[in-house]
Order: sequence, then structure tokens, then C-alpha cells
Amino acid sequence: MIATLQEVEPKSQPQEQRMTAGAVVARLQGVSKNYGPVNALRNVDFSVRAGELVALLGPNGAGKTTAVKLFLGLAKPTAGGVNVFGGNPVNADVRMRTGAMLQVAKVPETLRVREHIDLFSSYYPKPLPLAEVLAIAGLEEIKNRKFGELSGGQRQRVLFALAICGDPDLLFLDEPTVGLDVEARRLLWDEIRKLIARGKTVLLTTHYLQEADELADRVVVINQGTIIAEGTPSEIKSKTAGKKIRCVTRIPMEFICGLPGVLKVCQDREALEIQVSQAEPVLRELLRQDSELSGIEVTSAGLEDAFLALTQDNNSETQAARR
Amino acid sequence: MATASTVLTQPGLVQPLGRTLIVFLKEAKYEFLKYLRIPMYAVSITVFPVMFYVLFGLLMNRGAKMGSVGVSTYLIATYGTFGVLAASLFANGAGVAMDRGLGWMQVKRASPMPPFAYFIAKFVTSMIFSAIVLVALIVLGISFGGVHIAPYMAAKLIVTLVFGALPFCAMGLAIGYFVGPNSAPGMINLIYLPLSFASGLWFPIEALPKFLQSIAVHLPPYHLAQLGLGIVGAGRGESSWSHWQALIGFGLLCLGVARIGFHRDEGKTFG
Repeated sequence: MIATLQEVEPKSQPQEQRMTAGAVVARLQGVSKNYGPVNALRNVDFSVRAGELVALLGPNGAGKTTAVKLFLGLAKPTAGGVNVFGGNPVNADVRMRTGAMLQVAKVPETLRVREHIDLFSSYYPKPLPLAEVLAIAGLEEIKNRKFGELSGGQRQRVLFALAICGDPDLLFLDEPTVGLDVEARRLLWDEIRKLIARGKTVLLTTHYLQEADELADRVVVINQGTIIAEGTPSEIKSKTAGKKIRCVTRIPMEFICGLPGVLKVCQDREALEIQVSQAEPVLRELLRQDSELSGIEVTSAGLEDAFLALTQDNNSETQAARR
Repeated sequence: MATASTVLTQPGLVQPLGRTLIVFLKEAKYEFLKYLRIPMYAVSITVFPVMFYVLFGLLMNRGAKMGSVGVSTYLIATYGTFGVLAASLFANGAGVAMDRGLGWMQVKRASPMPPFAYFIAKFVTSMIFSAIVLVALIVLGISFGGVHIAPYMAAKLIVTLVFGALPFCAMGLAIGYFVGPNSAPGMINLIYLPLSFASGLWFPIEALPKFLQSIAVHLPPYHLAQLGLGIVGAGRGESSWSHWQALIGFGLLCLGVARIGFHRDEGKTFG
């Protein structure tokens, strides 16, 4: 499980150089993880570079949390190597430099917010001052409350505070905004951006494409334990079913379905709604077939639609495109 | 790895001893506070042994003798053992099962917390509660039960029972690593109540049926109780070293089981 030296040396970097300039700080190399008969991850190669914010995007059960647990040394890979800061993630000196926000069902409820932070700060060699942690996580007014008395959003903020209180260089945030309302989510996004501005590295998992889009330098889409796409948020969006064409036409739906690049067609009152990967070739063909075609509207498909298309298509196009 | 860490890890991360000590102290302090603020724990651990003692040692059996000592003296040792057992098993067993089952253990383990700090904190917490129960019993006994016990002997009784509880702390860990968070308290009750009865903690061992008496001598709480009874002058003349041997052996066995559970956990955590 302890990764060898070569994994962090520059010679193994070329294929990722276009991403960002920083050195690799964490890497999964050929990692598979099985829980009994369940394959949570299958031969995944994935690295995080200094100073970037990577979003690991995927539906529930895709393997995101498993990847985070491997990086944190909470689980051992069935095959492959895990390397964080050039060492095994279970090493104390590696853990001194990482912070984690995990999905937790229950936190000791009788301890106060500041007590939880005080304890976790003591684990680290150079923790942030308590006042600063409280300010960053927006907990000043509830620092004396017991954890059990907090709302869901406040609890998430305490867990965030525990992740950052040691001023770690690398943060793993596993679905940090789950259960937060829109405003609380935006506040947390701001804090995550500030971390990046201060030179920290963040790996964030989410099943909201919008969140990945708002925050990440790089998005890695994972589904059923396999990485199915990787790139900047706009690259990911363009790779997915990008456009929706709406028009009134006499061309039968069955024919349009058969056109290349068409993902889905449905009738919406008098018009057809056609989801396509690229609008232009399909439009050209439609206009050639039906000169009386009218009421054309081309819009970007919703982000969620795009994400759905990407994960559902995973068996055909995207995987073929990878190799 | 050495080369890589010179490149990638900052210098000066060696843990100074003082800071490690602070981690251990804080971990223990907050663990204790955590339980102190759970009435269910604090009350059931301290109140039950005290209540039994008041009932059987002070109200009933007043002035009765158990061999050479009064019942009120005898029962301090046995109900003291009973209280120590409960404090150890619940703080460690139910505590670990809870932390494990609901994800909190993962947060702790992902942090740079020294793993020993976690266990020591749990042990220290249950030992403090054990000491509180013992002090309460002794004070009650002296005040209302006519118990005569020299301060030195009282201290020896407390220290013996509190440290003799360590094997049961280990037993708690072993249970905590193999039982789920919801079933842990029930499971602990299922184990420790019959165990206490059969070890002569509720009624003097001589009052138990013969076949139970023959079982009792093989049960770990019996040995702890006999150590306590020996100090108050109500022992059965067995060597205290043999009791310590039994307790140490049992403690090591439990630590071994807990260790298996600890390592089993690493491979199996879902999510």
C-alpha cells in the first residue's frame, strides 16, 4: 500500500501537465477497491495537484466517498497504490498536513462547538487560532452551543471547522454542502474559494454539477467506480449533451431519433424538443429535410441534464473516447 | 520515502513531547465532560450501585455480620466492583460502538490524533467514574453504616478496584468493536448483569447455590471483588497474586480480541 518514490517524481507527470502547474500532492494509482462482492472503484488513476480545487463528481454510490477514504488512509485499496505527500496516508506526518470533512451520522452531542474545535486543533502542530476558525466557519455566535442543539447547516459548518482548524495544506471535503440551504451553500463555497486563494489544495466530492462548476479548476466525473470524464468545468459541460433544439416541424420523431448526435426527442405541445450533443449538424439536417421548419430555439441543456446524459452514456461513447 | 518527504513535507513536524501530552489531556478532559453531560450514563453508572448499597447494606441487614466484618463493610467491596464494572463496560463498550457505528470514529482516525489518546481517554474517563462510585460508597458506609475503615485502607481499596478495572475496560473495547451502536447497551447489560450476580457482587458468594459458587471462581469480576474484600478484611484467604494473574490474563485476552476488531474495521468500513 505504501507508494513508491517514482510516483511523486516529475517523470510520471507529462500526461497531466496541461492541468495545473503544481506538483502532485495526492495520487491514486491503478486503485481498485472491493467491499466483498461490490466493486466500489475499478482501476482508478487520479491525482491532485498543489493549489488546485478538484471536484470529484458523480451520483450516489459512484465511489466518491471510497476514493476520499483511500486518500485518508481509512480504507486499504484492494489493488494499486495510494500516495499522499509522498507517503502512506496513515503516517502521522501526512495526517498533520491534511484535513477532512466526512459524512457523519452522529457527533458527540454534549460537547460545545468551541470544545470540539479546541480538541481537534490540539492534534495539529500549527493550528489556526480559535477565533479565526470560528470566523471562517461562521460559528462565533454559536461557539458555546452543544453540538446536539445545532441545526443541520450549523453541524456541517462545525465539521468544516474541524477540517480546517489545523491549517492543513490539503483538504478532503466529502459532500460538504449536503443538506444545506442555498444561502448556507453559497457561504461555504466562498470559504472554500478563500482556502484556494490562500494556496491550499482541495478535493471536493459532490453530486451537484453546479457546485463543481462554481468551484472547481478541474472536474473528474466518476460513475460505478470508474472515471468517465475529466477536464475543466466547461470542457465537461461541452462533452456532455450540450444543447436543446426546439422547433415546429412535420418531420416524424422516429426519423429525428435516428439522426447522429441526437440523444432524446420529445413532443412539447406543437413543438419538438430535441436534445443533441452538437446543435449545428442536426439543425442543418433538419432544415434540409423540412423547408417549412419554424420556431427554432437553441438553448444550452440544463446542467443536471448534461450530467445525467454523461453518466447514463457512460457505457457507450465516453468510455470508447477514453481509450 | 525519506527522499520524497524531504521534498514534499515541511520540516519541523516532529512532535514535541509536551504537545503530545496536551493532546492526551484534552482528549481525556473532553471525553470525561462528554459523559458527565449525558445524564443516562452518569446517573446509571453511579446511582445503581449506590442505591443497591443503601438498600442491602444500610437499610436491610443492619448490623449483620459477614464473617468477621459487618455487611455494610463487605458490600462496599462487592457493590464497588459492580459499579466499576458498569463504568468500564459502558464508557468503553457503548462508547466505541457508538463512535464506530455512526461515522465519528472515521473523523477521528482521519485526523492526526494519536490513536492511543483515544483509548487512554476512554480508560481514564471510566476510571474517574469508578473512583466517584467508590468514594460515594465509602462515604455512605462511614456516615450511615458504622463502617470503620482507615484512610489508608480506603485509598488502597479505591486504587485497587480502579486499576483492577482495566481488564474490564479492555473487555468494553472488545465488545465495542464487535457490536453495533444500537445493540451495544443491551448487549452489555446482557453480559454484565448475570456476570455480576454469578460472581457474587450482589449477594455474598457464600449465599449463592453451590454450582454457582463453583462457576464464580472462574469469572473475572469474582477475582476483582476478592481483591477488594481482601483489603476490607473479608477475603477467603486466597493469594491476591492469583487474583491479579486471572485479571491480567483476562485483560490481555480482551485486548487481543479488541485488536482483531480494530484491524477488521479498517477493511470493512462502507460508505
